Amino acid sequence: MWDYTDTVMDHFKNPRNVGVIENPDGVGEVGSLACGDALKLTFKLADDGHIADAKFQTFGCASAIASSSALTEMIKGMTIEAADKVTNQDIAEFLGGLPEQKMHCSVMGREALEVAIENYRTGKTSKTILQGKIICNCFGITEDEIKDVVRNNGLTTAEQVTNYCKAGGGCGGCIHKIDEIIENIQAEIKKAATLAPAKAMTVLEKIRLIEETMEREIRPMLRRDGGDIDLIDVDGDRVVIGFRGMCAQCHVADFTMKEVVEAKLREFVSPTLTVEESRS
Amino acid sequence: MKNVYMDNNATTRVAPEVVDVMLPFFGELWGNPSSMHYFGGQVARHIEAARAQVAALIGADPTEIVFTSCGSESDNMATRGGLEAAGPQIRLITSRVEHAAILGPARHYAEHGGEVVEIGVDASGQLDLAELHRELANGHALVSLMWANNETGVIFPIDEIAAMVKQAGSVFHTDAVQAVGKLPIDVRRTPVDMLSLSGHKLHAPKGIGALYVRKGTKLNPFLLGGHQESGRRGGTENVPYIVGLGKACDMAAHYLGEETTRVAALRNRLELGLLDTCPDTSINGDRIKRLPNTCNISFQFIEGEGILYHMSDAGIAASSGSACTSGSLEPSHVIRAMGVPFTAAHGSIRFSLCRYNTEEEVDYVIETLPPIITRLRELSPFV
Repeated sequence: MWDYTDTVMDHFKNPRNVGVIENPDGVGEVGSLACGDALKLTFKLADDGHIADAKFQTFGCASAIASSSALTEMIKGMTIEAADKVTNQDIAEFLGGLPEQKMHCSVMGREALEVAIENYRTGKTSKTILQGKIICNCFGITEDEIKDVVRNNGLTTAEQVTNYCKAGGGCGGCIHKIDEIIENIQAEIKKAATLAPAKAMTVLEKIRLIEETMEREIRPMLRRDGGDIDLIDVDGDRVVIGFRGMCAQCHVADFTMKEVVEAKLREFVSPTLTVEESRS
Repeated sequence: MKNVYMDNNATTRVAPEVVDVMLPFFGELWGNPSSMHYFGGQVARHIEAARAQVAALIGADPTEIVFTSCGSESDNMATRGGLEAAGPQIRLITSRVEHAAILGPARHYAEHGGEVVEIGVDASGQLDLAELHRELANGHALVSLMWANNETGVIFPIDEIAAMVKQAGSVFHTDAVQAVGKLPIDVRRTPVDMLSLSGHKLHAPKGIGALYVRKGTKLNPFLLGGHQESGRRGGTENVPYIVGLGKACDMAAHYLGEETTRVAALRNRLELGLLDTCPDTSINGDRIKRLPNTCNISFQFIEGEGILYHMSDAGIAASSGSACTSGSLEPSHVIRAMGVPFTAAHGSIRFSLCRYNTEEEVDYVIETLPPIITRLRELSPFV
C-alpha cells in the first residue's frame, strides 16, 4: 500500500466539493482516460471577485481524488490572483505530503486550476489552452508543463519529471528531450547565478548566496547518502564549513567533498573563495 | 473486522498442516543434511521424502526436482541456465504476457546481444499459435511460455505448445507457478523440459520453489557452489521450507478436485453476481480456458486503486492491474497486450480465490462492492 497521510485518506474517503457547477465562471479539464487520471474543475465567483464555490470530478487513484478535493478547499474564498499563485507544492503540502511517484496528482490539480483561470480570463476552451508543443505523446504533456514542474520543484532528472507530470513514463521516446529541457533550465539557473554576483557583494549578501548555493547544489547530493553540511564562518574569501551525518564520518571527505563544495561555491559565488573544513 | 482474502494469486495462507510438519526442523531436527553423521543424515531423508511429494503432484521422477528459493529463481534458472547451456546462437521465444521473472531475464538477454521473440496474444489473452509456429521454424530456440496467467488466469494450451516445440527440436520451459495445485499437471503426458513452481502460491510459505528438469535437459547451474541438488543448485538446503513444500504439494493433490469444482463454483458465483449488480463491467480474458479460481473484472470509468482502498476498508483483499497500484504509469502489460481499451484497463480488479473461501464471503463481496463502484463513479468525469 502507498504511504498516504491521514489527510490524503480523509480527502479520498470523504471528498469535498464533488460535482460540476452550473454556469461556472471558469472550467479546467485536464488529463484523459488514457493517461489514467483526469480532472474537471469548475468555479464560480462572488460579486466581490472571490471564488465563491469550486467543484471537481476526478478519474484517478486515491491521491488524485484527494489532490482535487484539497484544491477545491484551498481556492474557495481566494481571489483569482491569489488562486493563480497556488502551486502543486502547496497542494501536496496541504495534504501533508504525497509519495514521490504520486506528485503528478498535485501537478494535475495545478494544471486544472491554471486552465480554469485562463478559461475565465480569455474564454478559451481547455483544449485550446492545452494546445502547446507536445513533448510526451503518450500522456500529452507539453514543453511548458515540463518546464513548469522542473522549475517549480527543482527537478534534475528525467525520472523525477516522470513522477511529477508523467512525461516520459510511457514509451520513453521523449526522455532525451526531457533531458534537454532540464539541461537548458539548469544552464539558465547557472547563468542567472553567475551574473548576479558581478557587482560587489556585502558580507551579508555573500553569506546568503553561499547558503543558497549550498542548499541548491550541495545538500541534495549529500542528503542522498545520509549526510549534510553546515556553514560555520565566512571571513573574507575564507569559508568554513562542517560536514554532518554520514559525511562527518567519511574518510575520503578531505579530498572529495571539500573540493566539490569549493568548486560549486567558486562557480556560483566568487572564483576567489577557499573552503576549509571545521572538525569541531 | 471482516477479513475476506481473495488475492491468492499474489500469495496464499500457509496451511496449518504445513506449519505443523515444518516446526520440528526449527527445533530438534536442525542438522545439516550433507553431514556424515546420523544427526544430519536423518534430516536428508525428509528432504528426499519432500522431493517425492513434489514430484508426485506433477508426475515427475524425484530426481528431476530441484529445490529453489522461489518461483522467480526457478524461472531465472530455467531461462538463464538453459540459454547458457545451449550456447550463444540460441534464440529465446517467450510471450508478451509472461511474469516479470521471465520478462526480466528475457530483456537482460536481449541487452546482451541475444535474440528474443515475444509472441503476442489476442483479445481473450490466448497465445498466437500461428506466430509461435512461424518462429519455431526459424531455428533452434529456448521457449518459455506460462501455463496460466497470474493476472487473468488464462490457460495456454500447453499440451499442444509442448508438442509443437518438441516437433521443432527446441527446448521448452513453462512457468507453471499459477497452475500447479489448481490444474491437473502430468509431465509424463505433457512433454515440457522444465517447469517452475512456487510454494507460496499453494499454501506453503514464501521462500521456497522448485524447478522440474526433465532428465537429459541441458541446464547450467544457476547458483554455483556445493554438491547440493546434484550440483544443480549449490547452498545448504532450506530444510523446513522444503519439507513444508512437500506437505503442501501432497495436500494440493488431495484438494485438486475441490479446486476445479467448489472453488470454480464460488468464482463463478462472484463473477456473475458482480456482472449482474454493476453496470458497465466486463471480464478480462478467456472465460473458458481459465484457472478455476481467478476472476479479472473491469469496472469502466474508474481507477483500480480507489476500488482497492475502499474494499480494503471493508476487509476485502484483492488486487488491480491499474497503473496507480503498480507504481508505474501504465496499466498492466498483460491487460495492454490483450488490447483492453483504456476505459476498462485502469479499473481492472483481480479476485483470486482458494479452498479456504466460502459462499458467505462471496456474497459479502457481491453485497459490498456495488456501492463502492457507484460512489467512485459519482466522482468520475466520464460517467
